[in-house]
Amino acid sequence: MVNKSPNYFSKTSLGDAPNNHSLLTFNQVACHRDERVLFSGVNYTINSGDIVQITGANGIGKTTLLRAIIGLLQDYEGDIRWRGQSLDGRAIDKNSDNDIDKDADNYRYDFTSELLFIGHLAGVKQSLTPRENLQFLANLHGTTAYSLGQVDDALAQVGLYGYEDMPGHQLSAGQNRRIALARLYLNQATIWVLDEPYTALDAQAIKKLEALFVTHAEQGGCVVFTSHQAPAIQTLRILSLSDYVDDHKGNLDG
Amino acid sequence: MGNSQAESSMNTSHSSATSLYSTLFSVFRRELRIAFRQQSDMINPILFFLMVVTMMPLGISPQASVLSELAPGLLWVIALLACLLSLDGLFRSDYEDGTLEQCILSTQPLYFIVLAKVVVHWLTTGLPLTLVAPLLGVLLSLPADGFIPLWLSLMLGTATLSFVGAIGAALTVSLRKGGLLLSLIIMPLYVPVLIFGASTVRYAVEGVAYGSTLAVLGGFFALAFVLAPLAIAGALRMSVEE
Repeated sequence: MVNKSPNYFSKTSLGDAPNNHSLLTFNQVACHRDERVLFSGVNYTINSGDIVQITGANGIGKTTLLRAIIGLLQDYEGDIRWRGQSLDGRAIDKNSDNDIDKDADNYRYDFTSELLFIGHLAGVKQSLTPRENLQFLANLHGTTAYSLGQVDDALAQVGLYGYEDMPGHQLSAGQNRRIALARLYLNQATIWVLDEPYTALDAQAIKKLEALFVTHAEQGGCVVFTSHQAPAIQTLRILSLSDYVDDHKGNLDG
Repeated sequence: MGNSQAESSMNTSHSSATSLYSTLFSVFRRELRIAFRQQSDMINPILFFLMVVTMMPLGISPQASVLSELAPGLLWVIALLACLLSLDGLFRSDYEDGTLEQCILSTQPLYFIVLAKVVVHWLTTGLPLTLVAPLLGVLLSLPADGFIPLWLSLMLGTATLSFVGAIGAALTVSLRKGGLLLSLIIMPLYVPVLIFGASTVRYAVEGVAYGSTLAVLGGFFALAFVLAPLAIAGALRMSVEE
């Protein structure tokens, strides 16, 4: 993919200079809820092989930032780039003609095809069995069709062996959460965006999840997640949103 | 928005074009499964239809001459309200459990995902209503000439109602109590379908050619089938992106 107008880079100064490995770049990103500014001036670069934990107090905007990354929140300021291409259709709209505007849609598409997002709400249907849920969620992206055997393997990986055909409402909260996390064993995505992946998981499962993060990062992917826990990952990078809050700078970090 | 994504997914590669059908099929199969496991949602509209129709002779008059006069309009109005009743939950559970986010983030066009969902909604609400309608026509002493037109007009009409109603359901899905607003948004859009649907049956009963009103209903359906998913996809994006 060729960047058609290289002057985008020179137009605004980037906080972290992007290098060849940089996947996701934030440039002066600010989010607000109604009239209140949550955080502003986030300059950050996520490289391939990074595991980034977004931290901050409740209500500081961790989920908002994640939603801005994945494109479910359009109403942010600044620029978020994937592999050097802006994901923001509006910014490009102002400065150039329709041709490039169409490219912005394609960049968003390219990004989405490399993305795996597991939100607060995991997308697991209570009336379906783990096998049906996982098969649907994994195939929804449509990049690869997964066979039943692969789906069962992934469920076994998250400890749901023997529960494949049990309806979701008979499973515990943690088990339902694991169905969604089983997607991590199937997906070929480069970037994993996970909102509170540790919720309802036991210590054993958390350990396994962290090992999976490390493996994914070693294979050149990156993981962005929010959590209030302190993960035992050596290469962990922390993006503390409280550094970007204007009025209580540094206070919330403790 | 949904359109541009559809275009780009078709341009990029052949493999994603073939898996478009598998996505469509998997959404379709999943929705049918959910519908059959939560049968109360499916039975509710039919039960409503059945109950109201059986009460009509008790409330108005058991005389066949009175009932047969009212039957075409009554059957259509009640069928329409039964459809409206089933709409609120159409996207609600998908919104609440995060499935909708995943659908929007899918590389497959939302247009087709929505299309599959609405078709299943019709198969599980509009179609059963249509199938039992002639039976209830007997209860209301609908003249024999009216049965086939009733069946045809409800078939086309309820499908249109599902598609149009889904736009309202998508717009109100993020509201806590969207039920009332949904009815207000959708009712005016239902009126033309009701007028042409009920006239089709009335014309048939009166012995007038009903082909033209049925053709208009067909036109409504064709428009709704092609255009409504665009509006639904756009409305769902708006609801989720808040």
